[in-house]
Amino acid sequence: MEAASIPSGGRGLLSRSPLARLPDRALKYGLTALSALILVLIVYFFVRLVGESSPAFSHAGLFGFTFNKDWNVNAERFGALPLVVGTLITSALALLIGVPVAVAGAIYATELCPLRLRAPLTILVELLAAVPSVVYGLWGIFFLAPKLRGAEQWVADRISFIPFIGGGLVTIPNYFITGLVLAIMILPIVSAISREVMATVPSDHKEAALGLGATRWEMIRMAVLPYCRSGIVGGAMLGLGRAIGETIAVTILIGDAPQLGSHLFGQGYSLAAVIANEFGEAQGLHRSALFAAGLVLFVLTLLVNGLARFFVVRAARGGSTTPTAGVGDGGVLVADAVSGA
Amino acid sequence: MSAPSGSSDLLGRFAVSPARRRRDSLARGSILAATLIALVPLVLIIYYLLLKGLGSWSSSFFTTDPTGNTFFKSSSIGGIKSAILGTVEIVALASVIAVPIGIGVAVWLVEYGRDSWFAHTVRFFVDVLTGVPSIVFGLFIYIVLIVGTGSTYAGYKGAFALTLLMLPVVIRSAEVVLLLVPGALRESALALGAPRWRVIFSIVLPTALPGMVTGVLLAIARAAGETAPLLFTAGATLKTSFGLGSFMNSLPVQIYSDVTSPTASVEHRAWGAALTLVVMILILNLIARVVARRSRLA
Amino acid sequence: MTSPRPTTNVADADPEARSELEPSSESTPRLVPPPAPASVPDSERGALESKRGVSVRLEQLRAFYGAAEQVKGLDLEFRPNEVTAIIGPSGCGKSTMVRCINRMHEEIPGARAEGRVMLDDLDVYDSSVDVVAVRRAIGMVFQKPNPFPTMSVFDNVASGLRLTSQRGGDLRGKVEAALRSAGLWGEVSDRLDEPGAGLSGGQQQRLCIARSLAVDPEVILMDEPCSALDPIATLKIEELIAELKRRVTIVIVTHNMQQAARVADRTAFMLDGKLVEVGPTQEIFTNPNDSRTEEYVTGKFG
Repeated sequence: MEAASIPSGGRGLLSRSPLARLPDRALKYGLTALSALILVLIVYFFVRLVGESSPAFSHAGLFGFTFNKDWNVNAERFGALPLVVGTLITSALALLIGVPVAVAGAIYATELCPLRLRAPLTILVELLAAVPSVVYGLWGIFFLAPKLRGAEQWVADRISFIPFIGGGLVTIPNYFITGLVLAIMILPIVSAISREVMATVPSDHKEAALGLGATRWEMIRMAVLPYCRSGIVGGAMLGLGRAIGETIAVTILIGDAPQLGSHLFGQGYSLAAVIANEFGEAQGLHRSALFAAGLVLFVLTLLVNGLARFFVVRAARGGSTTPTAGVGDGGVLVADAVSGA
Repeated sequence: MSAPSGSSDLLGRFAVSPARRRRDSLARGSILAATLIALVPLVLIIYYLLLKGLGSWSSSFFTTDPTGNTFFKSSSIGGIKSAILGTVEIVALASVIAVPIGIGVAVWLVEYGRDSWFAHTVRFFVDVLTGVPSIVFGLFIYIVLIVGTGSTYAGYKGAFALTLLMLPVVIRSAEVVLLLVPGALRESALALGAPRWRVIFSIVLPTALPGMVTGVLLAIARAAGETAPLLFTAGATLKTSFGLGSFMNSLPVQIYSDVTSPTASVEHRAWGAALTLVVMILILNLIARVVARRSRLA
Repeated sequence: MTSPRPTTNVADADPEARSELEPSSESTPRLVPPPAPASVPDSERGALESKRGVSVRLEQLRAFYGAAEQVKGLDLEFRPNEVTAIIGPSGCGKSTMVRCINRMHEEIPGARAEGRVMLDDLDVYDSSVDVVAVRRAIGMVFQKPNPFPTMSVFDNVASGLRLTSQRGGDLRGKVEAALRSAGLWGEVSDRLDEPGAGLSGGQQQRLCIARSLAVDPEVILMDEPCSALDPIATLKIEELIAELKRRVTIVIVTHNMQQAARVADRTAFMLDGKLVEVGPTQEIFTNPNDSRTEEYVTGKFG
């Protein structure tokens, strides 16, 4: 085996020259520095955002800014309540409409549908995630809103006795239509997370239920849903985070009226929409108020996503007996990042 | 309950009661109905995109810049050339920055950071980034590159905003794929006496490549459709520009401005641009799926 | 740093002569029954030229996973050009001990080792020693065959040379020599470009052996190399081990006592992280000193 013997003086020494160790060190410290840089950047951005929005907060006070209901650019009065309310109403609507449909779709895909159809069905739902936000806005304002206006008016007239919801004149852009389109937009992510958690239900749980003589639906109710509850809640929260942060579709659909909408089918504003709509020509205190709106939005999504993470991680822990919860959690969150885009 | 002796009744004793049977079919029926409802918007969106979008496609649609004319029927409103070029340039620059950094951080997390507190901190911050609304990325870049430097909008600033948006997607997807690379492969390469950086470049990264390509393509697809971070970083303009240092148009921003200043002809252009954008994104998604299927992992 | 160990060139390769020239540490040379004649086909012979291997000596080796001590102060010597089998019940620390020899143990997060591992007269845990160089000198074959999935048969064998930046010279010749040494050349010479993962399990394991042989190590550690293989593939590996010891020192961890009896010159029995007894294989299996060894080899526990 002469061929394989390497004449190198260093072999017996068991040591390499310091030069040979250099690439290893360089790579290790280079990558560590890169990761540290990301942390520094995020913290820096956050600090600067707080700094830029502080004039607005000091003008009206933290509480005053968030809960004042008057957003009047000309009078330099910046109360973010209409924005916060608009964001919350539309996101809540999105959850209310989107989550049941998404979960039902996930149940159908994992438990009921013929195996052949499973992959195409999943791909179709995920296609919804590939449609850009601005296209949802375009479709919503030029197609969906005009088509549904009659039906909305009919419903609004029937439920006019409920304050803040029914009655009034239905405008083409309004809270309801925004919530409906947001519901479609969060469908893929909620559905993807639900499917992922449902796939982790151990088949012996399901077989145990079926073995007791349960019907399919009873099996789903007894074995699948209880097991997945916290995963589904986590998925819904991630969807909520998306809905809260959604900008362009909401800007197009909500009407951009700087007021508290008088009813569900009236125009309003949202935190993200006000930035997109007014930032271009904003100056001074106005601009600072928009930064402040961005900060409130940032903190809101942070809270919601934190909650979501808590639930999803709990579901991943419950779902896997291995101590690699970190891996499971990464997987779920990436499914979020990737499929819910 | 007296047990009947006939064999046909034997099973009858265990039969599902009609009420339970009804509830079962009712539940299954509503689940199916909800699933179909979920698909309705998709069908409608695709139908309308094709119907309206194809109608506005023409060769001049892709080869002329928008003119900014929204009032006079007599003169042309122009096409979307500058928007397509801008999107391609901005997204390309964003990818060139985000992909190496993202994969680098993912490699650090999997190969070096592992379970250290610092790695957990980095993961936490990356998760925070994942949830940040895209418009807030625009604000970040505006503060640092426009307020901070006292200058104005530019294509590369838009690209930086998209970079921030892509980073968490690239990092987390690459991390998951790198974790799937069997530890035994690293061990056998190390046991051959390979230095760690060589193990990473010659064994780990090639094994993980297809999976990482999928994650990267999906991140690019996501960035290409974003409007909000570009609005006040890259700005909006009509003219084609090749220099990333000047104002730069992009498809999503073009669609947005056409939607918000609607006349029939401009609305038409918006549909055509939307179809173009969706087709571009779907192609990226399709490639991502094909590559994912080829992957040796997972 | 200095290393007085003479270079082992193939030229001065007669094992007997070398062991006389170099006074072996403290152990008296023990006559070992010659290994059973290996049935390697003649065409494969000649690929292996004998040479003097190196000895490996563990001195008070201790290994930990976090706070848990897996190997609890072990003294053991592996003699040059011998096959030493490590037997013992699951969890007795035999795999951990072997992984300490080429410092793979420390790759596991939270794991560390104490004590000394002497390669001839050089401590591989010495602070001046480079881990990477240790692993070049001490090859390892793992429980499950793990050829690199992105590489062809040829590239798998060449990977060791490429990964350690020894590109120079006749790469093809080196790969062929390694494959011949691993008794695999005849089976794969016409499909060097096919993926390594496409071979059968036994071939994959011999491919992994060829991969470690290509970098020309002094010692080869085998961690239950046959536990994932069928009996015929196992037999081939065992024949190969008998061939390989003419040029390297071999340490093999095994669950299978028949295998230890078939391949090993000496056998060590471990229990609960400690060495119970080491000696010529025949003695361990027929007339052990320790009653626990006797109970284990006769199947009373473990």
